[in-house]
Amino acid sequence: MSDRLSVLKTYKLYAGGKFPRSESGRVYEVSDSKGNWLANAPLASRKDARDAVVAARKAFGGWSGATAYNRGQILYRTAEMLEGRRDQFVAEVADAEGLSKAKAAAQVDAAIDRWVWYAGWSDKVAQIAGSSNPVAGPYFNLSAPEPTGVVAVLAPQESSFLGLVSVLAPVIVTGNTAVVVTSERAPLPALSLAEVLATSDLPGGVVNLLSGRTAELGAPLAAHQDVNALDLAGADAELAKELETAAADNLKRVLRPRAVDWTADPGTDRLLAFLETKTVWHPMGV
Amino acid sequence: MANIFAYAPAPESRAVVNLAPSYGLFIDGEFTESAGGGLRKTVSPATEEVLAEYAQGTAEDVDRAVRAARKAFEKWSALPGAERAKYLFRIARLIQERSRELAVLETLDNGKPIRESRDSDLPLVAAHFFYYAGWADKLGHAGFGPDPKPLGVAGQVIPWNFPLLMLAWKIAPALACGNTVVLKPAETTPLSALFFADICRQAGLPKGVVNIVTGDGSTGAALVAHPDINKVAFTGSTGVGKAIARTVAGTQKKVTLELGGKAANIVFDDAPVDQAVEGIVNGIFFNQGHVCCAGSRLLVQESIQDELLDALKRRMATLRVGDPLDKNTDIGAINSAEQLARITELADAGEAEGAERWSPACELPGSGYWFAPTLFTGVTQAHRIAREEVFGPVLSVLTFRTPEEAVAKANNTPYGLSAGIWTEKGSRMLWMANKLRAGVIWSNTFNKFDPASPFGGYKESGHGREGGRHGLEAYLNV
Repeated sequence: MSDRLSVLKTYKLYAGGKFPRSESGRVYEVSDSKGNWLANAPLASRKDARDAVVAARKAFGGWSGATAYNRGQILYRTAEMLEGRRDQFVAEVADAEGLSKAKAAAQVDAAIDRWVWYAGWSDKVAQIAGSSNPVAGPYFNLSAPEPTGVVAVLAPQESSFLGLVSVLAPVIVTGNTAVVVTSERAPLPALSLAEVLATSDLPGGVVNLLSGRTAELGAPLAAHQDVNALDLAGADAELAKELETAAADNLKRVLRPRAVDWTADPGTDRLLAFLETKTVWHPMGV
Repeated sequence: MANIFAYAPAPESRAVVNLAPSYGLFIDGEFTESAGGGLRKTVSPATEEVLAEYAQGTAEDVDRAVRAARKAFEKWSALPGAERAKYLFRIARLIQERSRELAVLETLDNGKPIRESRDSDLPLVAAHFFYYAGWADKLGHAGFGPDPKPLGVAGQVIPWNFPLLMLAWKIAPALACGNTVVLKPAETTPLSALFFADICRQAGLPKGVVNIVTGDGSTGAALVAHPDINKVAFTGSTGVGKAIARTVAGTQKKVTLELGGKAANIVFDDAPVDQAVEGIVNGIFFNQGHVCCAGSRLLVQESIQDELLDALKRRMATLRVGDPLDKNTDIGAINSAEQLARITELADAGEAEGAERWSPACELPGSGYWFAPTLFTGVTQAHRIAREEVFGPVLSVLTFRTPEEAVAKANNTPYGLSAGIWTEKGSRMLWMANKLRAGVIWSNTFNKFDPASPFGGYKESGHGREGGRHGLEAYLNV
């Protein structure tokens, strides 16, 4: 059957719910592990990064203000959409990471299952991270977690899809919005994930995905005054130090990179990393 | 009117505090001299009297203290939690026993009213140790896994506004979790930390578990930069907090920062005016306004502005400013000449930028550092006094019309430590509390603290929480 010429996809960025090309007009060649050309991915610019932050900030009020049940449903819907596109992601992950079809399928299945696992956390995290505090006085005192705000995420470089899902889902399920720099060498599964997010009732701007040079995009995001937190999963030690230093200017919460087995049980670390605890006091009396 | 509030002096005796002329560093369970031999003086800000000399810690001293803490860590972290708990319970009890002495000392060195050091600081200090003592053998139930481990050596740098309370906030959870500490008290208020060293001696705390290295900012910087500490905990200015965040970048040091604030205290038209006025006064004049979570921006609903400000001015006219050791004093001394200069400069800027300044008639003492309780009206969001942390008894009044506008103005700051809401309508209170981007929201109350209640900020007010179950995370390897 294969006389037919296939239709190639133009991969695009995902920002504010839309699929723009880079404002710079730049692209870069993405190859598979054997060096075969796969696509020209957008080479996002500093301006694209700033635009993505604006979109993420604009989306924050609505997303953080949505009910936890609603957020959980939308994330679960994303998993449904992923399941329907399973074969596409298996092919993309196999190309991106040089894996056999079976190994790529295992990565994709784990990623979808992880997405479902995180979806279920939306209306439970406050019950493990919040508390009623027995203070020594006639006060009602309650601590509850709230999202930190706009989180810049440097996605893991090697695990183009499972790693990406493992850092993105915990950020957004709690109500944060995200600007993600995809794996530099293997951005295609992430850019395809954007198509899934766009059809899962996720409000535009909650997730923004930028392909390009990690260092080039990391710098303006780490220094950005309207970014509240930074996940350095995809930064090497030298870049991580540089970006953590820049992040100090507005005291971003910084999650430092460390060796992670993306197939292992993630626990609640990343879920709790981008939460603020708000404590409310009110007097009791008649 | 004035006669009704004419009080006879009611001085608290200083005799309960036995001050030595000079203090060394507390390292490895012993008081020792600084390697550099440098001495500083600490004065009473109310009189400028020199209270004592103390050692200026050098990088070499810091290194010695860190090595002592590292050595002590092995045994201390290996102790069963129940044993560590008993040391902390001992410390809590010793603080209670010596609380009058420590309260007087704190008032002498810091300048805060004895009423506050006696009734607020010291009870909270003891309660903090009591609370965290009970966690030491229950850490597996704290939600950080079945057997969470300590980090190691904690370097802790604390401010001058609540010297002993901030020490308690730092040391109690650190020790409960099995860490050892090197603590650097503030340059102008080192004495209560040195007295705490004596409490550690009385409690039989193993040598090196708590080390106190006094000195100025350079001592603190040396501690934060030391390669063999695993944890940095800092309370102080946002500027220094940013410098610390840069210092630890690229290291594995865990960091908690409790920094500045510019809290909005929001009063709706249905608020009980008398209670709100008390809350506003407590919010900005407690501890001379030297409070990171002070309610320094009063946001009042336009329709009750005149009524509320009249009541507030009437109340401010009754505040007694003066001798901190007098039991009737409401507002004590500004902690240092340097801080007084900062407050003065910002207040002058408020006037220069067009805000209207008001203070009640009050006689300030001739010696020492003093600043009259001050109110600015006609303040806009662009004014420096509305944006910058004054850290003094200066209140900026802004107005709003709708709840949405109140939220927008309250959140219009890089800080996010605390906020106050005054309204009789429960649903509105909860709606506001939900919208405000701040770590602590006081509704129909203000400046309440408790060891069981986590404290800390959003945005540029810092990282992490102190107090409560949440406060354990800062000292566990999780």
